[in-house]
Amino acid sequence: MSPITLAHYLTISGLLFVIGLAGVILRRNLIVIYMSLELMLNAANLTLVAFSRFNRQMDGQILVFFVITVAAAEVAVGLALIVALFRLRQTTRVADLTTLKF
Amino acid sequence: MTLPWLILTAPLASALLSLVWLRRHHGLAAFVSISACAIAFLVALLIFLDHSLLPSPWKWLDIQGEYSLRVEIGWLVDPWTRLMLLIVTGVGLLVHIFSLGYMAGDESRGRYFGELSLFMFSMLGIVIANNFVMLFMFWELVGLSSYLLIGYWFERPAAALAAKKAFIVNRIGDFGFMLGILYFWSTTGTVKFTELAAQPLIGQEPQFLTMLGVLLFCGCIGKSAMFPLHVWLPDAMEGPTPVSALIHAATMVAAGVYMLARIFFILKLCPGALDVIAYVGGFTALFAALIATQQNDIKRILAYSTLSQLGYMVMAVGCSAPDVALFHLTTHAFFKALLFLAAGAVIYALHHEQDIWRMGGLARKIPLTFATFLVGTLALTGCPGLSGFFSKDEIIAVAQQTHPLLYWSSLLTALLTSFYMFRLVVVAFTGSARSEAAEKPHVPGFVMTVPLIILALFSAVGGFIGLQKYLGLDAVSESGATLVSIMGGNEQSPSNFLTVNASMLLPVLAFVVGGLAAWIIYRKRETDPIHIGILAHKFYIDEFYDLVLVKFQQAVARILAWIDNWILGGVLVRGTATTGHISGELLRLLQTGNIQAYTFLFSLGAALVVYFTLLH
Repeated sequence: MSPITLAHYLTISGLLFVIGLAGVILRRNLIVIYMSLELMLNAANLTLVAFSRFNRQMDGQILVFFVITVAAAEVAVGLALIVALFRLRQTTRVADLTTLKF
Repeated sequence: MTLPWLILTAPLASALLSLVWLRRHHGLAAFVSISACAIAFLVALLIFLDHSLLPSPWKWLDIQGEYSLRVEIGWLVDPWTRLMLLIVTGVGLLVHIFSLGYMAGDESRGRYFGELSLFMFSMLGIVIANNFVMLFMFWELVGLSSYLLIGYWFERPAAALAAKKAFIVNRIGDFGFMLGILYFWSTTGTVKFTELAAQPLIGQEPQFLTMLGVLLFCGCIGKSAMFPLHVWLPDAMEGPTPVSALIHAATMVAAGVYMLARIFFILKLCPGALDVIAYVGGFTALFAALIATQQNDIKRILAYSTLSQLGYMVMAVGCSAPDVALFHLTTHAFFKALLFLAAGAVIYALHHEQDIWRMGGLARKIPLTFATFLVGTLALTGCPGLSGFFSKDEIIAVAQQTHPLLYWSSLLTALLTSFYMFRLVVVAFTGSARSEAAEKPHVPGFVMTVPLIILALFSAVGGFIGLQKYLGLDAVSESGATLVSIMGGNEQSPSNFLTVNASMLLPVLAFVVGGLAAWIIYRKRETDPIHIGILAHKFYIDEFYDLVLVKFQQAVARILAWIDNWILGGVLVRGTATTGHISGELLRLLQTGNIQAYTFLFSLGAALVVYFTLLH
């Protein structure tokens, strides 16, 4: 059994990213879209950690801490927005939220 | 020496004062204007009497370098200047006073007197100018004041149109004049009026000199209303009559002749130019006299008469006798100002009736005006002994010596002059009244008759006194000699061609025949027995210009307007705007409002960026 290389991590990270992107683009529910977004964020985090480990430098890991912190704050704001939007429109379907249309 | 400058500064100050502050204070404006003119007259008198009075020039421009240009506001004082200053301020003063009566009751007299002062300032500037640039500036200023005064009653469309016409027609002449000035400057490097300045012209190519002379003459064609550009002067009669007397008879229109005399030192170097000048002048004289015989408006008859007399003067310059031209200018200034002012008094008496066929029998009703008008008429037509006789005879005699053709045409003009002036007198002043206004004219007052009487005196004796002596330096030996011969003195001068003999009888004969013909034809007539359409329509010149120039210009303007509207405006300006608008409309369709569509496009873009930067 060959050792786990950087390429493995990056492949997993890329897959996660693409799955997240597909979720953002294709799913209809705003909350699911939001979860997919978090998945994309974590795919990026995984990349950073992997590079940090294989390059023997700690910068990437420190950056990840920041990303997690910011993501936590973002979730708080984002979910609050979604709740507020639901109260206003009684829906979380993105197809119904097209106020910016021409 | 600062005293002589008053002659310019007094009218200028009066113009500023009247136009800026006193437009609603009519009496005060008139007072200021008249006193400014009186001051100018006194200064002119002083300059006339005291020959040592020479003001120092004021340097205005001094540009060094390859093309150096020095322009000063300075004086060129010679006998002609002295005389001209006296005429301009003297006639000007009388006209100012006459205006008091004529314009009484007009609602914006303040503006009138201000503009009159502006004119005095500009005209005196022309008279004293010692270089082309200064002359040209004041030249344009008289054009401006003439425009303002013709259009004084601008609420009347005819007056507004006439003012525009005068201004535009003068621009054409002035353009040629300016080219001439630039030509002269580029050749000689100076703009001064001195014999020395013309030195570099000697030895230039003849064609060049002819062109220079003709270009400079263009200024005179415009300002003195010579043949192709004469159309503005008759229309200028829309202005108040005292203005016609001062500007469009006595002074401004004569400025062209004065200018020609001033630059005669250049013209005499230009071989063909003098002939052009002589023939244009002679032709205009005859042409205008022919038209005058069929006009019915008292002021228009006088306007065409002015054209005709200006033609005489220009012809005299063309016959190499500028002194004779200026002599006629002087006498003409007196009797034509007199005729116009007397016509103004008639118009005033008849409540602004100008058609001579609606007058009649005025000799008994307003005898004083009639007497002065008659003196003016006799002087103009060349009755022996009055001023016009001497000056006109001079011109005819000069023409006889140099251009035989012009001699005969000027004799014919003299005959026609006598005819149309006596037609005017006979129709307007004798017979019976032909309209209600002519039955009971109201007699012009004191302010109007006194200037008439003074001018009548000068018209009568202007040929004798003073003028000869002050003109009679070497420049005017011919007219001096004439006087000697007329008064029975002996003739020493070899150039003394005019003696009391047969050649002198012909002009007198022309005067008598013309006058008698008018008397016989027009006495006790109710309507005009002669109808010559082409003369009554002024040879259709206005119609011709309207057809050829105005219509042509309008066609060109319409084409240009089309190009401007459709090519420049439509394609270039509105085209770019429309392109931007349409592309905006199309791109707007991408704004679906669907967040997922945006995300998709965004990630597609990001993927493309990655593809092109990393993998390509």
